[in-house]
Amino acid sequence: MSDRDLVTRLLGTWGEDAGCEGTLALLAEYVEGELEGRNVRELLPAAAEHLRNCPACAEDYEGLIALARARSDG
Amino acid sequence: MQIGPASTPGQLDPESRAWIEGLRATGIEQARALERLHDLVLRAAHSEARRRQHLYPEIGGTELDDLCRHAADDAVVAVTRKLDGYRGASRFTTWAYAFAVLEVSVKLRRHAWHAGRIPTAGDDATWDRVAGGTGAAQSHVESAELLRALRRAVAEELTSRQREVFVAVALNDVQIDVVAGQLRSTRSAVYKVLHDARKKLRLRLEREGHLEQGEAR
Repeated sequence: MSDRDLVTRLLGTWGEDAGCEGTLALLAEYVEGELEGRNVRELLPAAAEHLRNCPACAEDYEGLIALARARSDG
Repeated sequence: MQIGPASTPGQLDPESRAWIEGLRATGIEQARALERLHDLVLRAAHSEARRRQHLYPEIGGTELDDLCRHAADDAVVAVTRKLDGYRGASRFTTWAYAFAVLEVSVKLRRHAWHAGRIPTAGDDATWDRVAGGTGAAQSHVESAELLRALRRAVAEELTSRQREVFVAVALNDVQIDVVAGQLRSTRSAVYKVLHDARKKLRLRLEREGHLEQGEAR
């Protein structure tokens, strides 16, 4: 692991971070936007920043996208 | 059940509109909508639990069914409480799934936590382990200096609660939901503590010249 990776893992990133509750409120929009091919990192940057910094919410994002994708496929 | 005043969301698809109207109705119509909502989030909870099952092989059978049912119960409460916050920016069902996923993830993590004791800032093993995880030989000296500075900053800059959360979550990878459970708090509140702690630490390391401004991007 490089110093930079270590610093990011331990100290997170500098950008505006929507926090867990703010990201939860945007997560459905984020996931649907992603599945529709929109640039959600640009459209919802504070949520994207939070998902980089919070492994628990990032895992929830994976779960929600799996559910949304299964519904689309089903 | 009294569910908030109707703030009319923008352009709702017909299915989402039917969900909102049902949940904001009264009497039998609302009861049916709540029952359908419970079925929806229970299916989502089971699906999410199956997706994560490889992480928690020790939880299964009726124990997992009970956990999913509790998650669905709590997700219904969360959805109805936050219904006014639904802006129609996504389908209603995707929005409701998010609460089911959150409840399942929190419950699985807390249920699976057996280690008991959360590491503290005084544990040398914590810092040794973090130092051992730093990689390339050419950056070893810089990494060691950075970690020594970070350890001083953790001791000198943070409040006791910030230190407790930073050491557990950032240094020892204890799940944030586990820490929140032990502190009788929520993921969101504990993350705020972690976020504030990280900000203080970055500023201190910048002042001391260990980080370029905005390096952790």
